[in-house]
Amino acid sequence: MLEKKPVIFLFLATVVILIGTAVTMIAPFKWINDPKLKIAEVKPYTALQLEGRDIYIREGCNNCHTQTVRPLLADVERYGEYSKVGEFVYDQPHLWGSRRTGPDLARIGGKYPDAWHLKHMVDPQSMVPRSNMPKYAFLQQPLDTSLTERKMKTLKFPYTPEELAALKGKSELDAMVAYLQKLGSDIPWRKAAQAAVLGDLKNPFLDNKTVLPEGKAIYEKECAQCHGADLKGGVGRALADIDKPDTYIFKTVFGGIPAGGMPAFGDSLGKDRIWKVASFLKSRQAH
Amino acid sequence: MNQKEGYADEVVKGFITWSLVWGVVAVLLGVVISLQLAYPQLNLPPYLSYGRLRPIHTNAGIFGWGVGSFMAFFIYITQRLTKTKLWSPGLAKFQLWLFNVIIASAAVTLMLGMTRSKEYAELEWPIALLIVVLWVIFSINIIMTIIKRKEEQMYISLWYIMAALIGVAVLYLVNNAGIPVSLTKSYSAYAGANDANVQWWYGHNAVAMVLTAPPLALFYYFLPKSTGVPIFSHRMGVIAFWSLIFMYLWTGAHHLLWTPVPDWVQTLAMAFSVMLIAPSWASVFNGYFSMNGQWHQMRENYLVKFFIFGITFYGLQTIQGPSQAVRTFSAFIHYTDWIPGHVHMGTLGWVSLIIFASIYYVVPKIYGKEIYSIPLVNLHFWLAVTGQLIFSITMWIAGVQQATMLNATNSDGSLHYSFMETLVEMYPYWYGRAFGGIIYFVSMLIFVYNIVKTINGNSTIAATKKA
Repeated sequence: MLEKKPVIFLFLATVVILIGTAVTMIAPFKWINDPKLKIAEVKPYTALQLEGRDIYIREGCNNCHTQTVRPLLADVERYGEYSKVGEFVYDQPHLWGSRRTGPDLARIGGKYPDAWHLKHMVDPQSMVPRSNMPKYAFLQQPLDTSLTERKMKTLKFPYTPEELAALKGKSELDAMVAYLQKLGSDIPWRKAAQAAVLGDLKNPFLDNKTVLPEGKAIYEKECAQCHGADLKGGVGRALADIDKPDTYIFKTVFGGIPAGGMPAFGDSLGKDRIWKVASFLKSRQAH
Repeated sequence: MNQKEGYADEVVKGFITWSLVWGVVAVLLGVVISLQLAYPQLNLPPYLSYGRLRPIHTNAGIFGWGVGSFMAFFIYITQRLTKTKLWSPGLAKFQLWLFNVIIASAAVTLMLGMTRSKEYAELEWPIALLIVVLWVIFSINIIMTIIKRKEEQMYISLWYIMAALIGVAVLYLVNNAGIPVSLTKSYSAYAGANDANVQWWYGHNAVAMVLTAPPLALFYYFLPKSTGVPIFSHRMGVIAFWSLIFMYLWTGAHHLLWTPVPDWVQTLAMAFSVMLIAPSWASVFNGYFSMNGQWHQMRENYLVKFFIFGITFYGLQTIQGPSQAVRTFSAFIHYTDWIPGHVHMGTLGWVSLIIFASIYYVVPKIYGKEIYSIPLVNLHFWLAVTGQLIFSITMWIAGVQQATMLNATNSDGSLHYSFMETLVEMYPYWYGRAFGGIIYFVSMLIFVYNIVKTINGNSTIAATKKA
């Protein structure tokens, strides 16, 4: 009988569609907007960061990069602390993505120094050989700021006239890097992760020359892009004549120097391989 | 024939023609961006970079090719099932113009970087508004035709058509809510996890209301038309219909497993995704059982194999989908190339095979011409299936390999591979995918050639033959 009454049919079909909608699309607003999930440290985007985010959207970066770290071992070790609901409250739209052709960027903020990003965006392959990321050298063009104030007002983000004036002379690339450096860095997770790592330290490969080739190979893959293939430095400091104990090198590589732009490699390389790199660096000491 | 019955078929011709155009564009762009992933130097920023072209590929495929041909067949099927001429042919003609303006401006604006970034809802607000107008015009025309129908009983295809009209309207309006900044820039009305949850409620149900209900409407109509035998079970169709449109709406968050969206939403999505196997497979079995005693038609009738392979890919798709929606498997496979492999089995295998067959069935009828070449139809079929299988199987292997590498750890708990070490292993698979895509593109060209030759050909269907 329903097959003979199109209006009733349409009404019923709508009701059926709205049941699941109400439970799984409308109701979750209440859970997600729970004030307990707010994170005080998470701040709105500055004018420069917001412009960078809009360039990220314009270029479709979200087609290859996700922005959510899942609470899974491999995700947390590779990218950092898992993502919290309160970290995204200023994201209109969200940029979580659906495919990781490139790595997740939810915690990219503070991982590399600005200089690394500037070089990498212009020519990704110069920093990461065999990367399939397109070159974004054209982002060196001047930033269009004609809509910035309206954007900040639309999203109700706080700003000052000085902040807007400071955008003059910035390039799109500057805005993009400012945005990337903010990502995931509002909460102090890097410091927390760094403090937890160390135990009794002693180089297990002391005077063991057989590990040097592997140490060199790891160096070339992971370190040379910033410290130079010849250890003479670049984005990072020169290492050719590093006069530091093995344990210092180990600690630095393992935990990184958050303030200085040195990434932490503890979770991705592990202790063994870091000791091998340390042994290699010591073997290259000039004196 | 049809003209005597007075059906409005001119606009059906228009929609078929334009969906062919957008279909070729979509597949060609798919080949281009698959090559860009394998050879990054093929990116020509700013306009021709992967990040800007990929949304044009998906929009041209889903909306240009998919929705374009569904508009043609909804108009064609509705008139015949209601034994009533389309309520307003003039409105339908306007609809065709508007449709093409929208798809063309979508392609241009996306290339210019005007995007809202939410998948399958990228178009900026002025175009989104035009889409709302388009959909309202279309829905009114179809629903008014149904209301004024001469055949009292509404066949199941009409149910799926009506559900799709309503479903798309609800989804599109909610997910596209935004706050304009200028004519070419707007921000989503929702923030963060809310926005993600609304987006995937939309995204997954676009699969339901655009890529499942409409091809099922076509399948239930054109399979019996092609084979000459009725659908196996009306009752099974009824149960499948209501449970499908009920359950689908609960499953969006399976795209968001392990994200900050509330756990209970994810769990519900997981459970309903697994339950969806039942209504999906009810349609698959309805197709298979309709072939009882008719399996010889797979050899003899050049259309039937499209429908049966299509519904088979639908069946495989609706087993694979629910398994990906389970937390443990999602943790492993999500974000890898497995997913594009899965998606393209649905779009290239299921949806497109059904559309191909429907076009092959309808074009000779509305133009009154014999099909130009059946051997070319068969060649098209086998190339399409081969290309699609190369694409999907390559991507499944790639996904499993990358997932395994990303999860590999050393004895001290550290990760065994850096991200780049897993990425460089993907290159051979990306070459393979592009190869599969090129084969599929060639099959599309053969298809279009055959249709054009049919339309322009001289071999009219003999007057004695039934339409």
